[in-house]
Amino acid sequence: MVKTKQLFAGLALMTTGLGTAQANYTLNLMEGVTSISRDVYGLHMLVLWVCVFIGVAVFGTMFYSIYFHRKSRGYKASNFHESTKVEILWTIIPTVILIVLAIPATKVMLEMNDTKDSEMSIKVTGWQWKWEYEYLDSGIRFFSSLDEASNKARQLNSGIDPRTVPNYLLEVDKPLVVPINTKIRFLFTAADVIHSWWVPQLGWKKDTIPGYINEAWTSVDKAGTYRGQCTELCGRDHGFMPIVVIAMEKPDYEAWVAKQQGVAVEKAAAAEKDWSQEDLIVKGESVYANNCASCHMADGAGLAGTFPTITGSSVVTGDINAQVELMLKGKGMMPAFGQMLDPVDFAAVSTFIRNGLGNSVGDSIQPAAIKSLQAAIPAVKYDDDE
Amino acid sequence: MSAVVAEHEHDDHHDHGPEKGLLRWIITTNHKDIGTLYLLFALAMFFVGGTMALIIRAELFEPGMQFVSPQFFNSMTTMHALVMVFGAVMPGFVGFANWQIPLMIGAPDMALPRMNNMSFWLLVAGILMLASTLFMEGGAPASGWTLYPPLVLQTGAAFPFAIFSIHLLGISSIMGAINIIATILNMRAPKMTLMKMPLFVWTWLITAFLLIAIMPVFAGAVTMLLTDRFFDTSFFDAAGGGDPVLYQHIFWFFGHPEVYVMILPTFGIASTIIPVFARKPLFGYSSMVYATAAIAFLSFIVWAHHMFTVGMPVAGELYFMYATMLIAIPTGVKIFNWTATMWKGSMTFETPMLFSIAFVVLFTMGGFTGLMMSLAPVDFQYHDTYFIVAHFHYTLVPASIFILMAGGYFWLPKWTGNMYDERLAKFHFWLSVISVNILFFPQHFLGLAGMPRRIPDYAVQFTDWNMVSSIGAFIFGFSQLLFLYIVIKTIRGGTGEEVTDEVWEDAHKHGLEWTLPSPVPYHTFATPPEKIPTEHF
Repeated sequence: MVKTKQLFAGLALMTTGLGTAQANYTLNLMEGVTSISRDVYGLHMLVLWVCVFIGVAVFGTMFYSIYFHRKSRGYKASNFHESTKVEILWTIIPTVILIVLAIPATKVMLEMNDTKDSEMSIKVTGWQWKWEYEYLDSGIRFFSSLDEASNKARQLNSGIDPRTVPNYLLEVDKPLVVPINTKIRFLFTAADVIHSWWVPQLGWKKDTIPGYINEAWTSVDKAGTYRGQCTELCGRDHGFMPIVVIAMEKPDYEAWVAKQQGVAVEKAAAAEKDWSQEDLIVKGESVYANNCASCHMADGAGLAGTFPTITGSSVVTGDINAQVELMLKGKGMMPAFGQMLDPVDFAAVSTFIRNGLGNSVGDSIQPAAIKSLQAAIPAVKYDDDE
Repeated sequence: MSAVVAEHEHDDHHDHGPEKGLLRWIITTNHKDIGTLYLLFALAMFFVGGTMALIIRAELFEPGMQFVSPQFFNSMTTMHALVMVFGAVMPGFVGFANWQIPLMIGAPDMALPRMNNMSFWLLVAGILMLASTLFMEGGAPASGWTLYPPLVLQTGAAFPFAIFSIHLLGISSIMGAINIIATILNMRAPKMTLMKMPLFVWTWLITAFLLIAIMPVFAGAVTMLLTDRFFDTSFFDAAGGGDPVLYQHIFWFFGHPEVYVMILPTFGIASTIIPVFARKPLFGYSSMVYATAAIAFLSFIVWAHHMFTVGMPVAGELYFMYATMLIAIPTGVKIFNWTATMWKGSMTFETPMLFSIAFVVLFTMGGFTGLMMSLAPVDFQYHDTYFIVAHFHYTLVPASIFILMAGGYFWLPKWTGNMYDERLAKFHFWLSVISVNILFFPQHFLGLAGMPRRIPDYAVQFTDWNMVSSIGAFIFGFSQLLFLYIVIKTIRGGTGEEVTDEVWEDAHKHGLEWTLPSPVPYHTFATPPEKIPTEHF
């Protein structure tokens, strides 16, 4: 029994104290891979040691008193209960300590806010429950969502042991790729509710808020893969929208950019061509699994009272245009998929749910038709400050 | 027996004892009955909220989803917080206020007894309505107790009910606060000047002002949510020219003082208990009063430290950072004063004292993490992780909740005339204090290692400490059944030991309530007491 074994492991850990935890375990904040993250780590250690020092002094005094000044040792109570001198002393000392802390904190704060002279900009948009990345300089734009293996394992009673899934819940289908030693400015916004973009190794997090554009910057010094998560409660799948940043040497990054631009051309061509119904259904099945199954369930049964059933649904078996419109615009808890899926995926999943999951309407819709519908969706507007 | 017993004061009419039967508890206007109602209700809600916490910890015992759906998990985190804050901790302290304020200031009852009854029953109505949302289409609110838009606007049928229940709870709190202020300002015994009041009374006076200031703000914020959803306003909707961050500013203008509403009476009870068992007057009485007032004042000007990551202008970030750091000063004064009260005392360690010492130590731990996260640039790392969860649970569970229990052990013998079982109570204390640390300490590590809060499932490297935390949670949760047993046993006769009027050695030097007989008669201080304890002068 895995569970019992874990329970014993947990208990053993408790009794043997700390330190025996897994190899990749950290008890402390990560130092990270940027100058800012190291400054933040330094501040963290400074204030931690200040707290430890004060704690030892205060608790030491208290426990000395608890041990020696007890009635059972026959200690007689004194009667002092006021001393202006002492009160002034223990007001001034903390004030001095606070000033000592405030000076470096202010420096780091100002540095973090300095987004001037950035070499490239990436716009990050939070969606329920995925991230959209747009490279403002090279025009690359894509969505990044939880990878399929994690997504399958994380379903209620999936029967898949998360320990067998590599980087469980911290893996995405398309990671954000950035060059190292480059000052990158991030612009953050959201399409539906508030999210927050956090990669611990970069040293900060920033909320993505509908109607706002927030700024932050980073410059990674070490090539590698850095993982993070959404940190602002954003609804049902808040725990399932990870962030993966791959930092590359500049030449590798440039090669990646060129490849992405090629992919974009191919995709545009795919949206123009005529698709057969079978091809759409085959493609639609995987689109459904990644985007729809977490609410409407893998078999289309939904969840009584909360998420509607797909099988036999009046929307899905009714007029295809009405169904597509609902999917484009969303409804209640259902997100608007209009900008989240590309025309091919959108057409494929629209066709799949009408001809799979126990439905057999028999019709289909072409990516080209979807493309023109998507073009009609008004762009999200932003306030011009912040 | 002291001279304050009311019996001989009655002339032509008989003693008004309690009503017979169940009706007594429904129509009562007696401050002791209403205090009892509040305390029992708070205890019941403590178990309801605790059950929700155990559902959360059971799901988080290991990675993968085993028991609940993510949506229900979010409902649990939301409802756990709302029930604990508005159903358990706040009513718990109101219960102590009802019982103790009249006894401590030598008043016969609260100033507004009928309103007192109404504010209790509105609380019950509010919490019942909130609980009913669990059974509605779309489930209970799942957007966190902060109810941030736009997410909260996606709530199902429960939405207007949750908001109306907050209105009810707010009305109840405001009425309770008015009553407490009216009582303290008007009904003190003649010699009970403000600067002679027990610290518990002082902290409640200040807390009551906080409540009157903030509850209407919260009511306003949720009403704006209501009109955004149903009447097409756009207070918080950017597409209509509104601003989702505005809600956060309004909420935390309420929310930060609100957390002090839960901690100031805690300070008050600790300051009452520690001197009794140290057999020494409270050190620095007046500085304690000023520190409480200072903390209350600061609580109104630091709200945005809950929102360092929303993208404020850097000047705003720096202002809120500095203002927040200032809180450490009056809070430090309090902790030093408690330590100095123990210093060179003649201490004994009955259960109320044990819980109070644990409070001072563990609340200080929560204070340390509070200082750490006041540094805005570092808070960019801590924010919305388990580090924060550990922080505020340290300042609420082994602080507010421990002191509520300390107060229970401290005054139950006075109220009932029965002694609780000291051995069992000490066992309860040690179980609680050890398990609460197993529960919350590892959460510091989880947060620093990168685990966000409010997630139903987590990456595999967080498994070990989550397991430890869950084990601690279950030990802590079930230990509280022992508390329930001890309380019931005490009410129904206790150990049978004789309880003196002052209960604790020399307690009569520390507070008026200990000059009354045990158990306390149904009516007390029909005439104000002549003498008052003046231990701190």
